[in-house]
Amino acid sequence: MAETSAVTDWTRATAAQMADALAAGEVTSVELVQAHLDRIAAVDGPVHAFLHIDAEGALETARAVDADRAAGVSLPRLAGVPIGIKDVLVTKGLPTTAGSRILEGWVPPYDATVTRRVREARMPILGKTNMDEFAMGSSTEHSGYGPTHNPWDLSRIPGGSGGGSAAALAAFEAPLTIGSDTGGSIRQPASVTATVGVKPTYGGVSRFGAIALASSLDQLGPCGRTVLDTALLHEVMGGHDEMDATSLDEPVPAVVSAALEGAAMDLTGVKVGVVRELSGADGGYQAGVMQRFEESLARLREMGAEVVEVSCPSFEYALAAYYVILPSEASSNLAKFDSVRFGLRVEKSTVEKTMLATRAEGFGDEVKRRIILGTYALSAGYYDAYYGSAQKVRTLVQRDFDAAFAQCDVLVSPTTPTTPFKIGERIDDPLAMYLNDIATIPANLAGIPGMSLPSGLAPEDGLPVGFQILAPAHEDARLYRIGAALEASLAAEWGGPLSAQAPELEVAS
Amino acid sequence: MTTMTYEQAMEEFDPVFGIEVHVELNTRTKMFCGCANEFGAAPNTQVCPVCLGLPGAMPVTNQKAVESAIRLGLALGCSIRESSRFARKNYFYPDLSKDYQISQYDEPTCYEGSLDVVLDDGTVVTVAIERAHMEEDAGKNTHVGGSGGIQGADYSLVDYNRGGVPLVEIVTKPITGMGDRTAEVARAYVATIRDIVRGLGISDGRMEQGSVRADVNLSLRPKAVAGESQDDVPFGKRSETKNVNSLRAIERAVRFEASRQASLLLAGKPVVQETRHWHEDTSSTTPGRSKEEAEDYRYFPEPDLLPVEPAREWVEELRGTIPEHPAKMRARLREEWGFSDLEMRDAVAADALDLIAATVSAGTSAQAARKWWMGELSRVANDREVALAELPVTPAAIAELQGLIDSGKINDKLARQALEGVLAGEGSPAEVVASRGLEVVSDDSALEKAVDDALAAQPDVLAKIQDGKVQAAGAIVGAVMKATRGQADAGRVREIILQRAGVEG
Repeated sequence: MAETSAVTDWTRATAAQMADALAAGEVTSVELVQAHLDRIAAVDGPVHAFLHIDAEGALETARAVDADRAAGVSLPRLAGVPIGIKDVLVTKGLPTTAGSRILEGWVPPYDATVTRRVREARMPILGKTNMDEFAMGSSTEHSGYGPTHNPWDLSRIPGGSGGGSAAALAAFEAPLTIGSDTGGSIRQPASVTATVGVKPTYGGVSRFGAIALASSLDQLGPCGRTVLDTALLHEVMGGHDEMDATSLDEPVPAVVSAALEGAAMDLTGVKVGVVRELSGADGGYQAGVMQRFEESLARLREMGAEVVEVSCPSFEYALAAYYVILPSEASSNLAKFDSVRFGLRVEKSTVEKTMLATRAEGFGDEVKRRIILGTYALSAGYYDAYYGSAQKVRTLVQRDFDAAFAQCDVLVSPTTPTTPFKIGERIDDPLAMYLNDIATIPANLAGIPGMSLPSGLAPEDGLPVGFQILAPAHEDARLYRIGAALEASLAAEWGGPLSAQAPELEVAS
Repeated sequence: MTTMTYEQAMEEFDPVFGIEVHVELNTRTKMFCGCANEFGAAPNTQVCPVCLGLPGAMPVTNQKAVESAIRLGLALGCSIRESSRFARKNYFYPDLSKDYQISQYDEPTCYEGSLDVVLDDGTVVTVAIERAHMEEDAGKNTHVGGSGGIQGADYSLVDYNRGGVPLVEIVTKPITGMGDRTAEVARAYVATIRDIVRGLGISDGRMEQGSVRADVNLSLRPKAVAGESQDDVPFGKRSETKNVNSLRAIERAVRFEASRQASLLLAGKPVVQETRHWHEDTSSTTPGRSKEEAEDYRYFPEPDLLPVEPAREWVEELRGTIPEHPAKMRARLREEWGFSDLEMRDAVAADALDLIAATVSAGTSAQAARKWWMGELSRVANDREVALAELPVTPAAIAELQGLIDSGKINDKLARQALEGVLAGEGSPAEVVASRGLEVVSDDSALEKAVDDALAAQPDVLAKIQDGKVQAAGAIVGAVMKATRGQADAGRVREIILQRAGVEG
């Protein structure tokens, strides 16, 4: 890219531009890493996207990449491009807390498969990003280490649970980050920060080393500021892993070429389904959100897509089923935090009392709430009524998707019903908080891939609105083709990516 | 309260029992990770993020363990489920690294089988098997200070080497109608399971190392009154005696629990439904936790693992690898070998059947093979404190050794020396005979000279023999054997002496 040499602030570049500039010798990885470390030092105080910064580790990787490049060693495409990793992924030698005080100070002795792939891709790891404790939340307010603030308006939430990964992108603290999506934890933060986030097909990315929230729903995914950047990271992360029994034994979908194809803005022959139940037909959606959604649909039509309406009647029960399955699995997954082998230990006279005291002190309220819910739902005599029924709803949701995808190639909806709310506004109202994820949860129940990308700012509050695309399992590439087309169409109108319109953050001196 | 004996208890009540046997599989690696599955390593040296339950770690099923479990299920006459699932059994305990155990719950891989158990007097009892399911073992707690129990200990240590070792748990249906043979049936059942897992080669079956462990459930109910069927009498409250780890202990635990429960019932006191601990030193049980306050394990399907879906063809292939039922095999071998009941029982107890069988198929007579393995070799194994199979000698070598005796090349005494050489790693029996110069001296002129020398040294012997005291020849045989360092053929020596005395043998 000829124009990259004109870039003066490297933090504003896309990951693809950085990769090209590195390959062309226009910038070094050390310069890129240093620029991002400087940006983090300048703005992360008020944003608080990061829980842990590994400046020395990132620079060391960068120096090695620069040396290899100078020596003519063949390098992976993203080698030298810095990245932030959600604190849910274990990183050998780097503190990992999953946003919980119960893991404060724990340094894992091993790498998650995705961490290993990031290292093999030679990407300098800037640090670990903030999240709701054990990924339970939609606002990052439930982090044990304080909330992350939305760079678009610091008084507002950046979404959750991956608010740190999304805010780091929106604040130009990192060009790429990794997230995890159990009910929308990648897509909803992307939506409220005007960034891009993808939840791949269940099994498309190894979960080995991702601290489990709900094993049958969790999926790791890429986050970026553009569809292409996100695709580049997706190809680094994805692929079969024999350490994860639920990992798909098939090649990573060709998402980068799909993104490049989509940028040509030709969607002739593509059939897009609008899910009535997720698109404000029954109210509850903010007017500006609906307005931007409709405009995006119009753009898809202009590019040749056929837009139809589909109905998924069982989605009505999806949220309820989700809030049975998730806490059930979480109550079991979080049992291991018992003080015996790692993490916090509040020493008492017996092991039983020590376990109780440790869990009482180490876990936050939302985590305790869900452990109690899940323990109850799995109890003898209640299992069939709760867990059993929830699994049946799950099957119905999957059937609704099957029927919908028989009529169209992708489904679309607004990612969230509203633009980001104020920090503290819903903290005492768990149900209101849970409703944030109404449009994102069905994809997790069915294991299908989904993307959120910016569709503009709501006229009434000037805050980001996200557009969600869902595809059948294994068809992740469709998200990127249609997402890239919409992105290109919108960028043409905006004169560049929406993220560039974010207000300037006050820089610490 | 009067104490009832086991026999009295069985006279008074109708016993109902069930047994859960845990078999540790001898796979190279653990059930859900790549750590070595070996007994006896230094604590916490065979561990990884998976079996330590570190945050983020995930299990992957050991296919060899699945194969072993299916073969065991087939040997127990079980049906093999086309799709079965792992489930999480949730409870907090320090030796359980994840605070849940990966087990199987409502969909065990093997279900509905039956097993014939042969008692000492030949009676065959058919035990109905409810299920055989896969699970992982927990680690091992050691309580330091106090009485060695968790209560009152100064501190406790946990060794996770055993955590994640593959287990198959075999559960019987309630066994009824055994009366005073209950204890014997319980022991014979566990012995049969042990023999089956050894025969399959899926476990070393060592109860003393905990690789086969049993929990014994027992309850007593009143005997049916006239006109009533015993089947219509409801079961009594049961106790579950955990970790009874020898055949003898199983018999004793049943006897103890039966008399304990009968004594309570006769005194009008209730039997509490509870788990009980077995104490080998006192042959008695003490209460553990009460089932009334038992935990709710909150089972649910393990979301980190895919269902176990063995292909039908594979299961049939495995069915072809199932050896004969141990009791049937023993009856057949006893017949073929012409062993007495006692000889057979000793050979079984010494774990020598396979070795004898291999020696026989290498060409040795059954009795000769038995004498070697149950005689000299058992003595050496005993001295060295190893199992017979661990001795550095093969059944083929024993057959070769016996062949040397049968052809007259060596005698029994020389054969023992040759065996000593074989055990010392000096080579095959023939090589040891050659290198140690152990062949029998059969050259008559050498023997005649030795006899004459001995007779000259003991001049009165010839006269005694001629007087009819033929046994006096023994002194000369002894002297000749001594002179030839045991290499003379004693029979031939005797013949020469008798010739010299003018008495034809």
